[in-house]
Amino acid sequence: MHIIENGNVAAAMGVRLCRARVIAAYPITPQTPLTEKLSEYVDAGEMDAEYIPVESEHSALAVCIAAASAGARVSTATSANGLLYMHEQVQWAAGARLPIVMCVVNRAVGAPWNIWNDQQDSISQRDTGWIQMYCSDHQQIIDTVIKAYWIAEKVSIPIMVCYDGYILSHTYMPFDLPDQARVDAFLPPFKPDYALNPEQPANLNTVTLPDVRLDVHGELAHGYMEIRYLLQEDLRKTLTVAADAEKRFAGIFGRGNDPYIEPYCCDDADYVAVGMGSLTYQMRVSVDALRKEGVKVGVMGIRLYRPFPDEAVARALKGKKGAIVFEKALSYGYEGALMSDLKAALYEHLAGSGHLPLVQNFIAGIGGRDIRTEDLTNMLRAATESRVAKDPVWIGLKL
Amino acid sequence: MQSKSTILSLPKEEFVHPGTRACTGCGLAIAYRVGLKALGKDTMLIVPPSCLTVLQGLFPVASTKLPCLNVTFASTAAAATGILAALKTQGNKHTAVAAWAGDGGTSDIGLQALSGAAERGDNFIYFCYDNEGYMNTGVQRSGTTPIGAITANTPFKGKLQQKKDVPAIMAAHNLSYVAACSAAYPLDLYDKVKNCLDMPGTKYFHIHIPCPPGWGYDPRYGIKIGRLAVETGYYDLYEIVNGEFKLTAASEKLLEKRKLVPVREYFRSQSRFKVLTDEQIDEIQRQIDKKWAGYYKRED
Repeated sequence: MHIIENGNVAAAMGVRLCRARVIAAYPITPQTPLTEKLSEYVDAGEMDAEYIPVESEHSALAVCIAAASAGARVSTATSANGLLYMHEQVQWAAGARLPIVMCVVNRAVGAPWNIWNDQQDSISQRDTGWIQMYCSDHQQIIDTVIKAYWIAEKVSIPIMVCYDGYILSHTYMPFDLPDQARVDAFLPPFKPDYALNPEQPANLNTVTLPDVRLDVHGELAHGYMEIRYLLQEDLRKTLTVAADAEKRFAGIFGRGNDPYIEPYCCDDADYVAVGMGSLTYQMRVSVDALRKEGVKVGVMGIRLYRPFPDEAVARALKGKKGAIVFEKALSYGYEGALMSDLKAALYEHLAGSGHLPLVQNFIAGIGGRDIRTEDLTNMLRAATESRVAKDPVWIGLKL
Repeated sequence: MQSKSTILSLPKEEFVHPGTRACTGCGLAIAYRVGLKALGKDTMLIVPPSCLTVLQGLFPVASTKLPCLNVTFASTAAAATGILAALKTQGNKHTAVAAWAGDGGTSDIGLQALSGAAERGDNFIYFCYDNEGYMNTGVQRSGTTPIGAITANTPFKGKLQQKKDVPAIMAAHNLSYVAACSAAYPLDLYDKVKNCLDMPGTKYFHIHIPCPPGWGYDPRYGIKIGRLAVETGYYDLYEIVNGEFKLTAASEKLLEKRKLVPVREYFRSQSRFKVLTDEQIDEIQRQIDKKWAGYYKRED
């Protein structure tokens, strides 16, 4: 069934379809309409879940961590400083291997205060051990939420479903609302290997030593390092699981994509713009305009950012003259985080091929600065003509 | 109190098994052992970083035979909420949820989450074991360290500020049950836990925990010192049931005897109070006498 709704409601509908049983959230703009909608579903009896109006984001994730440890499918959502306030719990959820799905409605972080969109919030959580997926439209939001629960529960790793504040969260778009029976067929009930249980007492997440240690049965148990290594291993395996999820989803819902990247006009392109989220859809307009001028460009969205699909990215850029990375966040003191990741992937997979694409970096839309398509087009054109002077270039900076 | 237990009437089943990593003479080991007996087998525990994290053992060995979720420092009460929510979705109305946090984890970093859970009325028991400082990290001051106590970060003058009255803060949340207990009176603790198990919403326990390395005394004197705190009227055992305050156990008896041991004896039993002057002790004695005059007046 096709409906027209905003991105936050698409996310809320996804959470409802996935039958999350415990929802905990603290209000922050632009996430609020999503969690308000969930509280509405629960209050109206349309969703069989506990809605916990916690007193902070730190506690929102605490509730999810504990409820998931006790065997419940959980949901939360946040933005910007709310996500930063959760940071300790974000790390904890990954270390504890809990399949939490959290929507991050991307917003700039303070200081100074700014409520508008960029992606610094989720990018700053890149190294926490979570899976990060980025959406470019409302269909992707609702579909990604559904896929995320399946993937998270397969690998016991939490997932951030990231989408741009306002640009996606507050705009209305038509999308197909998956029907409940198909979602149920796609996503079985959550059955963790272990949930807190007085009949089988266990002391979870307790102090774990640097080295392995014998348990009471004389068997070697993991040390901290083994536990952390396995998180990394399973994150890398998630690349395969994400592909399985995509295939399974396509089989049931009749629509599917590349699980890692979303290329547009890339096959014959000399230069490929790379980005994440709604920006990559806006860039399709620039690509169309430049194609009319005879400039062979394409654009590629990164859908799965962690684990980073390095091979898929390098394969897509093999033989290209250049990759131009547009980002709404950066690793302060260096360059865009995606830029660094992309360079590393190219170096690792293409250095031996004798040709490395030229890479350039543009920073756009920080703190919600309006991104004019005309500017994107001009920057993209300039990047195909010669190497830009100062890397990264901040688009539209008025200094 | 509805029932009075004796040492012989306590259940034999142990949930805190030998081999804990508690310090010799640790008051927490007593309170935890007896508290878990009162909670019983059908219980889930939440523990933030604290002495209790160490007491329970290092992975993969645990001395506690109840399921326990270790959580971040500030999130104890919110984690209790999460477990309760999960149990509710599973239709489980029988399993008790109990959080055990230290005084730093309660009065300082955990207060926001505790206040939030109490305001929501989430149905669990929160135990604050108060050894009056960050003992696990090497004896630093906390919100509940008493005035005059030397700690690792109040090294010469002792703490200059008053102890934070956390039970009063929790009572201000209109809880069904608030109790002040002591490791030196484990039966009082046992009876209070038993009596509040079926009461609604958040129940708060504050337990005074003598700490040999943190307070500076020979480990053999822990019970004696815990009792001195009560007998001097310095730390009171009480419960607040639906807003009704009542002294219990040894503190209740002091109401009848109307004779307090001079608080100087308590202060002189521990090296942490060595910088408290006679004048300061006299001032504290005056405050205690005034507090007790209020108790006597209420009783009359």
